[in-house]
Amino acid sequence: MKYVSEFRDAELARAVSAEIASVTDPERHYKVMEVCGGHTHTIYRHGIKDLLPDQIELVHGPGCPVCVLPMGRVDEGISIAERPEVIFTCFGDMMRVPGSKGNLLEVKAEGADIRMVYSPLDALRIARENPDREVVFYAIGFETTAPSTALTLQRAKKEGLENFSVFCNHVTIVPPVRALLDSPDLRLDGFVGPGHVSTVIGCRPYEFMSEDYGKPCVVAGFEPLDLLQSVLMLMRQIGAGRCEVENQYSRIVPWEGNLAALKSMAEVFELRPYFEWRGLGFIAQSALKLSPAYADFDAELRFSVPGVRVADPKACQCGEVLKGVLKPHECKVFGTACTPERPLGALMVSSEGACAAYYNFGRKSFEKVEIGSKV
Amino acid sequence: MTNKEQRVLDTLEQNRRRPPKFTASRIDMSHGAGGKATHKLIEGLLLPALENPALAPLSDAALIPFGDAHIALTTDSYVVRPLRFPGGSIGELAVNGTVNDLAVFGARPLALSAALIVEEGLETEILSREVEAMAAAAARAGVPIATGDTKVVERGKGDGLYVITTGVGVADPELNLSSASVCPGDKILCSGTLGDHGAAILIARGDLELEAEVLSDTRPLTPLVQALKRSAGSDLRFMRDPTRGGVGTVLNELARDSGYGVALWEEKLPIRDVVNGACEILGIDPLYVANEGKLLAVVAPGAADAALEALWSVEGGEDAQIIGEVREEPARMVIMHTGFGGTRMIDMLVGDPLPRIC
Repeated sequence: MKYVSEFRDAELARAVSAEIASVTDPERHYKVMEVCGGHTHTIYRHGIKDLLPDQIELVHGPGCPVCVLPMGRVDEGISIAERPEVIFTCFGDMMRVPGSKGNLLEVKAEGADIRMVYSPLDALRIARENPDREVVFYAIGFETTAPSTALTLQRAKKEGLENFSVFCNHVTIVPPVRALLDSPDLRLDGFVGPGHVSTVIGCRPYEFMSEDYGKPCVVAGFEPLDLLQSVLMLMRQIGAGRCEVENQYSRIVPWEGNLAALKSMAEVFELRPYFEWRGLGFIAQSALKLSPAYADFDAELRFSVPGVRVADPKACQCGEVLKGVLKPHECKVFGTACTPERPLGALMVSSEGACAAYYNFGRKSFEKVEIGSKV
Repeated sequence: MTNKEQRVLDTLEQNRRRPPKFTASRIDMSHGAGGKATHKLIEGLLLPALENPALAPLSDAALIPFGDAHIALTTDSYVVRPLRFPGGSIGELAVNGTVNDLAVFGARPLALSAALIVEEGLETEILSREVEAMAAAAARAGVPIATGDTKVVERGKGDGLYVITTGVGVADPELNLSSASVCPGDKILCSGTLGDHGAAILIARGDLELEAEVLSDTRPLTPLVQALKRSAGSDLRFMRDPTRGGVGTVLNELARDSGYGVALWEEKLPIRDVVNGACEILGIDPLYVANEGKLLAVVAPGAADAALEALWSVEGGEDAQIIGEVREEPARMVIMHTGFGGTRMIDMLVGDPLPRIC
């Protein structure tokens, strides 16, 4: 497959892997956080840990938009979805995210009209086709998906669609990373920066990581070779005592970001004063809501949502895992009370969640497996 | 891996082996997707109520002793939407699917029954087209549709047409196909490209606005089974058709039932570029995507190469590959050596990747 298979070449992987080993100090332990859930998924799906020296520990960061959504926001979405006049649309990942009393899949089985879409534009089409129904789109995601929600809203406004609204849960990447860096129980040597978010915001927003906190950051692509190369670039920086923001994903990510997308976002959204993140608590200016010019399309204003804060289940340690303090298997309920079939916490739901990735791909008795065995 | 991590994984494995309890208060779509939720429904709710020796193995076809022989019995319902898709249609699928469930159990199909649930308002032309498709598929497989039933339901109570087929056959006395016959070292053969049917349906539904030419692989597996039987004889240990839930699900069942581990080589998996591309865009693993004309066979190592060549010589087996092997360890698990040089496990599917595919 063009533009994919080249980045999955086993021979190149072995070469990069050997190069990483050669710049790794055998006496030292390195903790590197991949911020983005997409990277977590790639790491497990391709077995990348097997290609890294034992001294390098990968810590899974908060970059999975489904995982960081607090339970209260799920409940609010469900309360809108249960209204008889509403057709509720969302991405497939959202369907099984647990609210305090159930998930969207169960609410659908009870009779709510919930439809899975692949793009907010699909929700817009449903709104056009059902003028007598209220069509609500459950918007989630970082700056990666916010521009497509913005464009959809711009189009809805231009068309004067009155039966369409957005329940906005878009979040921004920089504030949680800053919160993590401020967290006293976390010691990291560097970051693999998110790739898709950076196609929109560029690399400049990460400069605070090196300048204010002295941590190197390499913005990385999503194919396994991208990740290996990014780890190599980080290790080289650490080895040379350098501390910079570097762009491994330059084939996609422009240093300054995507100005057209940023302009659409600036028109449609504004920053919320604060937003709750699962496991990280309230973080100032870390999420988006619709700007006054688009208030007519704001589902939070159109439907009265409870606005109740719901505490995570007591046993759930998603917060510690999100911050990289605990590994997934170190959580008290991992694999027992919390499994992909019956997730307690959101990290077990999304395929990009650290716990689900570890549960689905990572469990194996390493000693018993011949690595890389051939036919 | 630390001792603590190993302990957590061991506990998790023990939990996996316990008989599941069905606790959901309502049936949702994941219960029909062929993954873990479906297993829970079957083993936690259906099996306890219906418990009997013929049902106990929970196989796609039951083998029932009758005199000196074994009768094979299977049934399947077809609710695919759209009714017609590139490469096939519901009528053809309903015949092939049931013939294949008999074939992979080493049984010669004797006769089929067909029940049609028709929605009020369905155009006669569509019904007639599907019945003709059933007739053609039955003729191709050499098996008569010997009895049937017809019901009509009110408009809005069915998606045009549902088809339920039941098949009866006689098990081949020379074959001993069972997960208990499988041994470490045995090779796993796959008769062709994976995920074609699921991908074709997904694209045909038009929700994705993907434009790609993918045909469903629906076909009778009888010729492929014959070829394997001729070349491998009693070295043929086990066969399945990886329909709903895909190869990942079938191999997990094999690992669980045999007590051995299964290892796959990612670079050996035959997957069309276009199917891989569609799966990549949708974030779906082709290992869980449905097939309707492929079989997985476990063959003793000495007979594997001859079996592979036998598959290559039959129509529908041209892309066959040896995709993996059975190992002592890791017991009851499926792992894959990735093309990138790492290793990962392949668990049973959770949730619903593709709606209404068969």
